[in-house]
Amino acid sequence: MSSVQIRDVRKSFGNFEVLHGVSIPIEDGEFVVLVGPSGCGKSTLLRMLAGLENITSGTISIGERVVNNVQPKERDIAMVFQNYALYPHMTVADNMGFSLKLRGAKPEEISTGVKRAAEILALTPLLDRYPRQLSGGQRQRVAMGRAIVRDPQVFLFDEPLSNLDAKLRVAMRTEIKELHQRLRTTTVYVTHDQIEAMTMADKIVVMHDGIVEQMGSPLELYDTPANQFVAGFIGSPAMNFLKGSVKVNGAAYFEGPNGVKLPLKSAPANSDGKPAVYGVRPEHFTIADDGAEAEIVVVEPTGSETQVFAKLGGEQVVAVFRERHLFNPGDKVRLKPDPALVHLFDDSTGKRLNS
Amino acid sequence: MSTVQTSMPARAAATGEPSAWSRLQGNRNWAAFWFMLPTAAFLILFLAYPLGLGVWMSFTDERIGRAGAFIGLENYQWLWDDSIFWLSVFNTLLYTLIASAIKFAIGLYLALLLNRHMPFKAIIRSIVLIPFIVPTVLSAIAFWWIYDSQFSIISWSLIKLGIIHSNINFLGDTEWARASVIFANVWRGVPFVAITLLAGLQTVSPSLYEAATLDGATNWQRFRFITYPLLTPIIAVVMTFSVLFTFTDFQLIWALTRGGPVNATHLMATLSYQRGIISGRLGEGAAIATAMIPFLLAAIAISWFGMQRRKWQQGSSND
Repeated sequence: MSSVQIRDVRKSFGNFEVLHGVSIPIEDGEFVVLVGPSGCGKSTLLRMLAGLENITSGTISIGERVVNNVQPKERDIAMVFQNYALYPHMTVADNMGFSLKLRGAKPEEISTGVKRAAEILALTPLLDRYPRQLSGGQRQRVAMGRAIVRDPQVFLFDEPLSNLDAKLRVAMRTEIKELHQRLRTTTVYVTHDQIEAMTMADKIVVMHDGIVEQMGSPLELYDTPANQFVAGFIGSPAMNFLKGSVKVNGAAYFEGPNGVKLPLKSAPANSDGKPAVYGVRPEHFTIADDGAEAEIVVVEPTGSETQVFAKLGGEQVVAVFRERHLFNPGDKVRLKPDPALVHLFDDSTGKRLNS
Repeated sequence: MSTVQTSMPARAAATGEPSAWSRLQGNRNWAAFWFMLPTAAFLILFLAYPLGLGVWMSFTDERIGRAGAFIGLENYQWLWDDSIFWLSVFNTLLYTLIASAIKFAIGLYLALLLNRHMPFKAIIRSIVLIPFIVPTVLSAIAFWWIYDSQFSIISWSLIKLGIIHSNINFLGDTEWARASVIFANVWRGVPFVAITLLAGLQTVSPSLYEAATLDGATNWQRFRFITYPLLTPIIAVVMTFSVLFTFTDFQLIWALTRGGPVNATHLMATLSYQRGIISGRLGEGAAIATAMIPFLLAAIAISWFGMQRRKWQQGSSND
């Protein structure tokens, strides 16, 4: 186990720069999730960490050692690939023991190491099978087993759950998290799925277009997103954004589209009349008599909660209610955002305005 | 069966039981049969029938212009004591073994090279195929000039370079002739091996190499433990074909040496042609040709059982 430091790392393919100076400190034993939409550079960064892509500028160090020019096999890392990359012509045991075999370990050492990893992942009955004979979840576990056997300093996961069906994905998510709690190996995990990021991470790094938008614990990102991108990316259903301007007329409020009045706890200094974006999470709406009038468009009950799509000042918003209401499309309701939990973003830069 | 009947309700309703003919028209298994029939007829007429006729002919003393009588194994007994026949068997095995081994080695090497990223990849890959596309006789004639005892460009170049002092008698000397025809065959056969193996290489997921790199594999180990085992099924197929083509090679030898000098390059195919067609002893020629069959079956059997062993390819796939 060791810490990882990514300092001002840039990556260009030809003249095209995909990472524009990324710095991420990763503590020893931490579970860090790199999350972002496709093409944000998260997988490239992971591959640079693994040594599969070279580093255009900046440094990556694992432990105390700068690894920019260190061969992948000498970096002491293990990676789980999106398609698992299991060797199809080797049994599960051979797959898991391959790295030890290449290191020149004795057969007894290999089989001890493989057995230990197989026990951790409940793979013992499958050791003689070939990858083709395994289910998706089992293959996923073998891929992790292959990583565990090496007892590396750092685990790297590249979208490991995206080839699994929804139910298995949830189960494996828990399994990976539990594995990390047991082994406490520093882990860098790449995903485009913010739910995976929220549920698994000690620290989330939200990336977008080759830069880090925000870093922090899952709840920090959820509660105080640094900008409109992070606000929209973290949380499901996504945060509602309404354009308008801040008004300080005695009490502060936000004038949304078509003059809808929305509550603000306080206005940022010198913001009267300033155009801004008002952000409210679907779960932070309540039905209240002093709320803004909205017309219900679609109601989607999920059992535990109900998602309501409504027109608020002509803009579509989504609200989520835990309690059951009898809504019908076309109904008029009064939606009130919780003023303590709303977010204000700069209209042009997208930066967070309220604290 | 019920679906078959409902698909033709009109007739079935009219006659009660559908007639045998209408059942034949509708049944899926019969449909498969009808679709295969033209191909099967073609293969039977132009492959199976001549093959059967050839085997039958090998048991007769038929000559050109004279119908033969059944003489049992006499042709084979005759061949058994014929040293030239045994020389041709030896030549064929030598030719096949050496040429196939070299084709495999060069073909694999070329495939590995062509599988890398490089500029003008598509063009280079197409160029590699040229020797395979040129008609055999044309390339044979080109080689004939290259190997000519007086005008050989190889001899000429080596003399100009001062390495040798007189022309090499490529096709006139026993050892040189064997080496020369093997070289020409290799030149023709490499593209097939290379392009097929290249296709095989491209089915190997790049992430396997990345995983192996992270596991600590060197270049050689990646080839030894990943590429080679994953390529074996394709190697088995391509080498079976390569061995079959080489073993039955005729055109190249006939155009270059006609089996000479002193039968040193006579293969079973060329000997069969010489005895059967040129000398007119069809029965004997057919016997030589028939004698190739066991060798070919053995080659197929080896690759068949070689391929059967690979358990990792079997089993269900969930992806």
